[in-house]
Amino acid sequence: MATLHTRASARLMMSPAVILLLIWMIVPLVLTIYYSFLDYNLLTPGAHNFIGFTNYRFFLTDPTFLISIWNTLLLVLGVLLITIIGGIALALLIDQPMHGQGIVRILVIAPFFVMPTVSALVWKNMFMNPVNGLFAWLAHLFGLQPIDWLAQVPLLSIIIIVAWGWLPFATLIILTALQSLDEEQKEAAEMDGAGIVSQFIYITLPHLARAITVVILIETIFLLSIFAEILVTTNGGPGTATTNLTYLVYSQALLQFDVGGASAGGIVAVILANIVALFLLRVVGKNLEA
Amino acid sequence: MARMASRRRKLTFTVIAWIIALLIFFPILWTILTSFKTEGDAVAVPPHFLFFHWTTENYTEVWSRSSYLLHFWNSVVISIGSTIIGLIIAIPAAWAMAFSPTKRTKDVLMWMLSTKMMPAVGVLVPIYLIFKNTGLLDTRTGLVIIMTLINLPIIVWMLFTYFKEIPNDILEAARMDGATLGKEILYILTPMAVPGIASTLLLNIILAWNEAFWTLNLTASNAGPLTAFIASFSAPEGLFYAKLSAASTMAIAPILVMGWFSQKQLVRGLTFGAVK
Repeated sequence: MATLHTRASARLMMSPAVILLLIWMIVPLVLTIYYSFLDYNLLTPGAHNFIGFTNYRFFLTDPTFLISIWNTLLLVLGVLLITIIGGIALALLIDQPMHGQGIVRILVIAPFFVMPTVSALVWKNMFMNPVNGLFAWLAHLFGLQPIDWLAQVPLLSIIIIVAWGWLPFATLIILTALQSLDEEQKEAAEMDGAGIVSQFIYITLPHLARAITVVILIETIFLLSIFAEILVTTNGGPGTATTNLTYLVYSQALLQFDVGGASAGGIVAVILANIVALFLLRVVGKNLEA
Repeated sequence: MARMASRRRKLTFTVIAWIIALLIFFPILWTILTSFKTEGDAVAVPPHFLFFHWTTENYTEVWSRSSYLLHFWNSVVISIGSTIIGLIIAIPAAWAMAFSPTKRTKDVLMWMLSTKMMPAVGVLVPIYLIFKNTGLLDTRTGLVIIMTLINLPIIVWMLFTYFKEIPNDILEAARMDGATLGKEILYILTPMAVPGIASTLLLNIILAWNEAFWTLNLTASNAGPLTAFIASFSAPEGLFYAKLSAASTMAIAPILVMGWFSQKQLVRGLTFGAVK
């Protein structure tokens, strides 16, 4: 009786959260699928005719689509590469005995708390500006020609800005994992004559595998939909140089008011994100069970 | 000898770590410094690092623009409001999953996590149209709803991992001593659950404060929080570095302080309990 009762009340306690998320997951997605088959532009009122897969055909054959996929890929991989390698290095460094470790840690994680629009504008104006940015001044100091970062290497600039925000995240998580490493194991390895490098490869790195996997998973979810940094710095340009999939769909929807086309793009984005998520969840699942 | 060597080692690491940490922190430091400069000093080449005319006029100017106060208030309402509503919905759910788990509890949790993986852009169009047709566009209510929904999975997950750590034995012991359900919740569970709830609250305020996809797409001049307000500085005519810096400093300062207080919980919350 008691278990039946608790089970019923447990279900009742869970239902608001489950129902809300169910609605949130299903209703908009069904609507997006529905719109994606319509000839529907906010600027042309009137009937919205069913046009089958025309929106998809237009979206997928638009040369910008392939560019945006490529940009999305470069953006995600670039930021992952910088933050994982940098994160491991920084975590190893901060884990060493030193004075003021707490403050060092606080300084390093700070960028994670800076809102994307602030970090993007600060980097764009005060660092990457070719006339009065700090990078231009540094270039002059070394007798180099300053470059116009967001015009000449726009995607790299965005990668740098985004990576600056995510490096602390990777560092903090890897550091947390590092600190749970059994010291005795390392000491034993040292006694057996293992050098620093082999200690790192055979003991530290395997221990960090789970944390690194988690970092990759979570960063990828967020990095696939980078938006604000692009909006306030380059608006997807110059040309389409920094247009990622998220920005492409946004511009189709809210700049060109093409509801049908943007919906088709949105569905493509959902499918791609699901492929990534499925793949990642499997890898992470394996890693987390072990 | 060995002690000397270890002391030298410690000193070396201290120097290297501090240099790197300051480099990483530098953009924030530079923003804070620039916020105290005149607009002229802010764009000076070569840059003035410390010896410039210190002024607080950027702050008074940004502050006196009545809109700053409005956007700040929007950020407060949206982040705190959505977090509290989220907690009210999530606490019972996480509680049930932690204390009377069934075979499907794990599946439900994984499913909730998977809703986080849906790209926002996939539902941008319908949400935008629904908001437009119901008059929710550019309202705080609308954003509180969205923010609650997108952070709900994280709140449930975080609370679940905290509640999971409350030992069941304690509950049983209390029951044996004749505690009623009310007393059980009030005297035993609540004190043990409060730290977990508090860190969940903190992390979610941070996440909601910094969210910049929905806030940029669904708001304009009325309900725009600070993320959207700062974005308005991207227009060429708005290029006033000192004022941008002052507005930015005020926008990130409260969250920076909260973030520093919640570093430990941050790891746990953002990794869904996978790394503690």
